[in-house]
Amino acid sequence: MAYVAIADRDHEAHLHDPDTFITKYIWSQDHKVIAIQYGLTAIGIGLVALVLSGLMRLQLGFPDTFSFIDPNDYYQFITMHGMIMVIYLLTALFLGGFGNYLIPLMIGSRDMVFPFMNMLSFWVYLLAVLILVASFFVPGGPTGAGWTLYPPQAISPGTPGTTWGIILMLVSLAVFIIAFTMGGLNYVTTVLQARCKGMTLMRMPLSIWGIFMATILGLLAFPALLVSAIMMILDSLLGTSFFMPAMLAAGEIASYEGGSPILFQHLFWFFGHPEVYIVALPAFGIVSDLLSVHARKNIFGYRMMVWAILAIGGLSFIVWAHHMYVSGMNPYFGFFFATTTLIIAVPTAIKVYNWVLTLWRGNIHLTVPMLFAIGFIFTFVHGGLTGLFLGNVVVDLPLSDTYFVVGHFHMVMGVSPILVVFGAIYHWFPKITGRMFNETLGKWHFWLTLLGTYSIYLPMHYLGILGVPRRYYAYGTTDFIPESAMTMNTGITISALIVAVVQLIFLYNMIWSVFRGPKADPNPWKATSLEWLTPDTPPKHGNWGPDLPVVYRWAYDYSVPGAAEDYIPQNQPPDATHKTVDDHAEAVEQAPQDDGAPQA
Amino acid sequence: MSHEATHEDVQAGSHAAPEGGLRGVVADWSADKQAFHVPWGKAMMWIFLLSDTFIFSCFVISYMTVRYSTTMPWPNASEVFALSFGGGDPIPLILIAIMTFVLITSSGTMALAVNYGYRRDKKKTVMLMAATAALGATFVGMQAFEWTKLIVDEGIRPWGNPFGAPQFGSSFFMITGFHGAHVTAGVIYLIVVARRVANGYYDRTRGGNYEMVEIAGLYWHFVDLVWVFIFAFFYLW
Repeated sequence: MAYVAIADRDHEAHLHDPDTFITKYIWSQDHKVIAIQYGLTAIGIGLVALVLSGLMRLQLGFPDTFSFIDPNDYYQFITMHGMIMVIYLLTALFLGGFGNYLIPLMIGSRDMVFPFMNMLSFWVYLLAVLILVASFFVPGGPTGAGWTLYPPQAISPGTPGTTWGIILMLVSLAVFIIAFTMGGLNYVTTVLQARCKGMTLMRMPLSIWGIFMATILGLLAFPALLVSAIMMILDSLLGTSFFMPAMLAAGEIASYEGGSPILFQHLFWFFGHPEVYIVALPAFGIVSDLLSVHARKNIFGYRMMVWAILAIGGLSFIVWAHHMYVSGMNPYFGFFFATTTLIIAVPTAIKVYNWVLTLWRGNIHLTVPMLFAIGFIFTFVHGGLTGLFLGNVVVDLPLSDTYFVVGHFHMVMGVSPILVVFGAIYHWFPKITGRMFNETLGKWHFWLTLLGTYSIYLPMHYLGILGVPRRYYAYGTTDFIPESAMTMNTGITISALIVAVVQLIFLYNMIWSVFRGPKADPNPWKATSLEWLTPDTPPKHGNWGPDLPVVYRWAYDYSVPGAAEDYIPQNQPPDATHKTVDDHAEAVEQAPQDDGAPQA
Repeated sequence: MSHEATHEDVQAGSHAAPEGGLRGVVADWSADKQAFHVPWGKAMMWIFLLSDTFIFSCFVISYMTVRYSTTMPWPNASEVFALSFGGGDPIPLILIAIMTFVLITSSGTMALAVNYGYRRDKKKTVMLMAATAALGATFVGMQAFEWTKLIVDEGIRPWGNPFGAPQFGSSFFMITGFHGAHVTAGVIYLIVVARRVANGYYDRTRGGNYEMVEIAGLYWHFVDLVWVFIFAFFYLW
């Protein structure tokens, strides 16, 4: 019996049509609604983390001023800020938000392959967020162990939140991983198995490649975090000694014996380093599409971009111990991990060169999404170069646990992905809501955010080279920290507060535009990829009306010589591009007309 | 969208000469709408099992690490896991040998169930799946007996035991508990699928396609395979 792809079976479109308000917007199985639910939840909890960072900066910039921030509070702010930003905001927003919205639309599918599980994924994620938020209200407050939750300190007396906070944090992480697994299995299966006719893997937009690879990384990396969370819960509740050595805690001999704290670090970073790329790869992919669309030029070196994503994904699993140089390790291990870390710079550099070469001689439109995409190139290059410093053992040892590290990772996986998030929201806002945002406010938002974040994080590198340690509540008077460093800290705080307030412009712009914005064109950026070619804007349930789209070319046919317009949608058949050709016949000969893949 | 494309039109590179080498492999593999010619559920189960493999690997590697980091001697598995019948000499690992036999046997009945599923032999499929579930339940029951014996008679606790390193008990209860939970979930899963085969659910919704049996089988074989590793690394080492 001939096998019929499930997407092609007739009944598929009518399987789960929603009719009531509840099934349409609350218990929805539509990937677009789930994406928006994911996105709004992630942004909501992200705002909490933003406020926490503001409180930390207040303490650092003006020590001995705010009586409501004591050292315990400060460590709790640090911990929750880091964990929320990395996992509950960025991971959830890129994969649960953009992944859910873009995958079916960009590959020409009606929905995710398992819509019910997709819906479940969001509700379990929401549960994880609620458990996390609950830890603010329990006795002792949230955990203050730092976002890396290193034992033995994380569950030993003296650390804030060892009674309830750490347990809730670990349970919340485990629940999050369950949610992510349900969503992630959906994303990977959908990309692999449910593409529309003609959408080969090598014609997919790079956004999808980035999200796809990041999801695979998540499915293979989160297990290590799940296992370490389970073991730490057992250590804390049952008194097992997986991570806990014999030690004195608060002046008394603890009941633990023979565990390995380093084991936790290995498990955590086996998750933690791929996690960096779980956040970065979707950003790489999305920024590639933004640059190509708004520069009206095909992405430079599409195949290399795909291979670079795959190579980065693979390499990210064998670099984790570069986070542990100061934990002490055999020099040969240090050598190995330094080498792999520097090798990962090769595919990353390929990507950066290709972004720049995509811009080169492009017809650059400085729209709001494009500004954010270009801003990303700057912040990412800066953050990436300091990563090369820190990847070397001898350079890392003195710089570790200083503000240099804080500056580095905020630049590379804080500011850079967030700029892409903003760019992506502005880019797809017209498709998601059917309305345009205010361009002027968007530009103000961009410039203030970009310059503001630079004025926060560039000085941090300098502070780090001076040796100012991170994670200190207050510095008091220390000989090696000059007075000017304190002044700089105050300056950083002022910038940070300004950047935080500037985000209100963004929120105002978005909320106002959803209700009052002018009606958007279905394809305002004249983009080629499928999500702009839906019969309705915003797309209706089922996305494509009666017939699935058919794809004839890659997603980057911009400014093709001889074509009627400066873009050719992916679903335009080859013969249609010849219509207006007269005196450009020779140019057309060389253009990728019937097969978008770049030829050798 | 109304344009009716022929298959040839949309194939990548159909107008160009066939590509060779790595690029040709990529072009071939990526050219279809589906990367693998399997149902969605089966593809997803494979990916899930890959993820689950990482979970069990982390558990086993962690167990090995704490076995080396602990300062106390590791208990001798042959002594701890010995059982005597009718007052005779204790036989090492006898219970665990029977448990392993039961679980491996259940893999055999599962494979037969998949076979009969493909032949659309409803009755035999259901019977064999029920047998698989029964063997799985037997395994869990024997595990409960083993745990009871270790906790009540031998005094082994997650936080300590009279035989030596406390990590012995912690790792044992954690790993076998996590595996036992997998088996229990598998038994429930098998019962649900067998029921649906029996009451004709798949005949109504999937045109009599019993691919769900095979997907459940994948999970079941995986759980058995994991047990082989736990048996080797925990009981035999």
